Amino acid sequence: MVDLREERTSSLPPAKIGLGVFLAVVGSLFALFISAYSMRMNMVDWRTLPVPALLWFNTGVLVMSSIALQWAQMAARRNDMDVALVGLLAGGVSAFMFLAGQLLAWQQLNAAGYFLASNPANSFFYLITAVHGLHLMGGLVGLGRTTAKVLRSAEASQIRLSVELCTIYWHFLLLVWLVLLGLLTGWTDNFVDICSQLLS
Amino acid sequence: MVDVPFDTVAGVPPAEVGEVELYHPRSWWTRYVFSQDAKVIAIQYSITAMSIGMVALVLSWLMRLQLGFPGTFSFIDPNQYLQFITMHGMIMVIYLLTALFLGGFGNYLIPLMVGARDMVFPYVNMLSYWIYLLAVVVLASTFFVPGGPTGAGWTLYPPQAILSGTPGQDWGIVLMLASLILFIIGFTMGGLNYVVTVLQARTRGMTLMRLPLTVWGIFTATVMALLAFPALFVASVMLLLDRLLGTSFFMPTLVEMGTLTKYGGGSPILFQHLFWFFGHPEVYIVALPAFGIISDLISVHARKNIFGYRMMVWAIVGIGALSFVVWAHHMYVSGMHPYFGFFFATTTLIIAIPTAIKVYNWVLTLWRGDIHLTIPMLFALAFIVTFVNGGLTGLFLGNVVVDVPLSDTMFVVAHFHMVMGIAPIMAVFGGIYHWYPKVTGRMLNEALGRFHFWVSFLGAYAIFFPMHYLGLLGMPRRYHDIGETAFVPASAHDLNAFMSVAALIVGFAQLVFLFNLIWSLFKGREAGGNPWGAASLEWQTPETPPGHGNWGKELPIVYRWAYDYSVPGAAGDFVPQNEPPAGVLAQGAHP
Repeated sequence: MVDLREERTSSLPPAKIGLGVFLAVVGSLFALFISAYSMRMNMVDWRTLPVPALLWFNTGVLVMSSIALQWAQMAARRNDMDVALVGLLAGGVSAFMFLAGQLLAWQQLNAAGYFLASNPANSFFYLITAVHGLHLMGGLVGLGRTTAKVLRSAEASQIRLSVELCTIYWHFLLLVWLVLLGLLTGWTDNFVDICSQLLS
Repeated sequence: MVDVPFDTVAGVPPAEVGEVELYHPRSWWTRYVFSQDAKVIAIQYSITAMSIGMVALVLSWLMRLQLGFPGTFSFIDPNQYLQFITMHGMIMVIYLLTALFLGGFGNYLIPLMVGARDMVFPYVNMLSYWIYLLAVVVLASTFFVPGGPTGAGWTLYPPQAILSGTPGQDWGIVLMLASLILFIIGFTMGGLNYVVTVLQARTRGMTLMRLPLTVWGIFTATVMALLAFPALFVASVMLLLDRLLGTSFFMPTLVEMGTLTKYGGGSPILFQHLFWFFGHPEVYIVALPAFGIISDLISVHARKNIFGYRMMVWAIVGIGALSFVVWAHHMYVSGMHPYFGFFFATTTLIIAIPTAIKVYNWVLTLWRGDIHLTIPMLFALAFIVTFVNGGLTGLFLGNVVVDVPLSDTMFVVAHFHMVMGIAPIMAVFGGIYHWYPKVTGRMLNEALGRFHFWVSFLGAYAIFFPMHYLGLLGMPRRYHDIGETAFVPASAHDLNAFMSVAALIVGFAQLVFLFNLIWSLFKGREAGGNPWGAASLEWQTPETPPGHGNWGKELPIVYRWAYDYSVPGAAGDFVPQNEPPAGVLAQGAHP
């Protein structure tokens, strides 16, 4: 016997579920890049390229960006839209800094002779950082629209939802970046070895 | 399925319209062209998919002409033959079947079947169609670029896909990869809609376990596609970079036309893993919606509840999950560790279990049912028979030792055409004959429909049954011209000619079907709201075709599953999902 009054579908807003599903797709995309990378790096001719120190700085900036958005989300929750705006702007600016830093890192590698096509490791490095950067740029569009909502003082519940969605997306991209960084710097080599031992 | 007790229903107020939330078209353009209404988008998807599908049909004619009468048609050279193979396969699998099942049937049926007014993100849904259309246009444009479309085979294996010698090496392959990338972006937009709509926009009382199996099939297929298409995306992006920027993701060191290429160190096998990690789930992305549609068709047209509903749902989900761990059975001939082969052969054979459960349940649904041999039912029966046929040869090919000698023969062509060509297209036709009255308000012409069914069904067997035999003889696939070969007897050539004639006739029957679609739109018999006496929600709309927003002022409330046919004691021979229990009892009271 079913009581209809308890038959309500989940109370989460559709946009949030939508973002969740989208993140699953993005996660699967990066997981596939990572598995392609791990398969390739086990071949004998693999030469890992030196990771520019700049990446560590960039990572710090991306962490700051995530923290700023978390801060904005908490402010939006208490209806403090001025602080939320500051958080959003800080998050946006630091995300731009991260992207600029990544471009600079590319330039440094290029200057040092590590070109896109000269070695599979290089190709993977440029490709994976580019895909991550593109996702962040897409996030910046969403962040811009959210900021516009705050500026024209849209309805508080709408702002709260938008800010929350941006924050989730940012944390997710930070997490992806940390995993990628581990992979690109060779930190996770042992782990990858263990995985490939299990498979072969 | 248990009815909701009367007293608990009494307390539920009807859901008022969220009128403000609904998008309203303001002009002809936004109503019929840039529409955000899922029903219009569904029709746009279907027309586009069928149009490009006709191109693929013509390509199959050309291939059959060459195979049946080698040397007769001088305008088909070996390069063109490879291009026809490639485009035929790619169009049929991705741009026709995937788009038609998910974009066409999914868009039309999901909101109506779950009792929603529209998809949850209508704007994104509209974008999804236009990006799909762009992908199709880019794909079709390869017929007109210098060098023509790519002839790499629909699997696009590197290194040959991007080396000279393969037709379409200049533009064809680049545009093909670009088109695939666009398709995946567009599909992801649509797929988000289908999943979130099923999860979030179901009307009250529509629990997951009351969804029609069509929705379960489309939903599971969409989830799979969302997880599998990224693999094709990754492979396409990397192959595109190899082709355009000279990277070596997939390209090993090799000599091309006597000169060493700039490539080095790439792994072609890596591409195969990525491709088939998408490619195998793709088979079930096409099959699961077909499973769902067939379940609904046989239940409605045999006037009997579906046998083992819960088992059917879990079989769909189980098949979906298993299909992600079988991909390397497409790569036995690429060489792999014997334990790998053992693992993938085992998982492949395990899929037979949930699939067999489904077939048994369909047969048990039919058993002692009141079977009406309507056109949708005929197509449903044809689907079951054909899918079993194709599935059985799948058991052969799933075994490494049997697959290796058969892999490059016509046997494989016959197998996959049965299982993911003929079978799903039977489900598509059955679905169109079944839901056309809801979409247009008119029935399709019966006589033309029966002609279409019998010619397509018998014709398809005339083409593909003998093809198994040719494969066992060792007749290779992908060959433009077999020539004089000791192991292929003269009779095999006659058989080839016979199959080609059958293919031409089957193709002609599809033209009759298209004519029927258009003719019935104007001259078909008026259908009324529920011509088949079906219980699921889409047949209970206040208007036919359903108006904007699908339902009138109030959303329907669902009291039961979608399969209450021939219920003992009930007045009619079916009970609609949204009929309150009180009404059923009152009707059931009179003798």
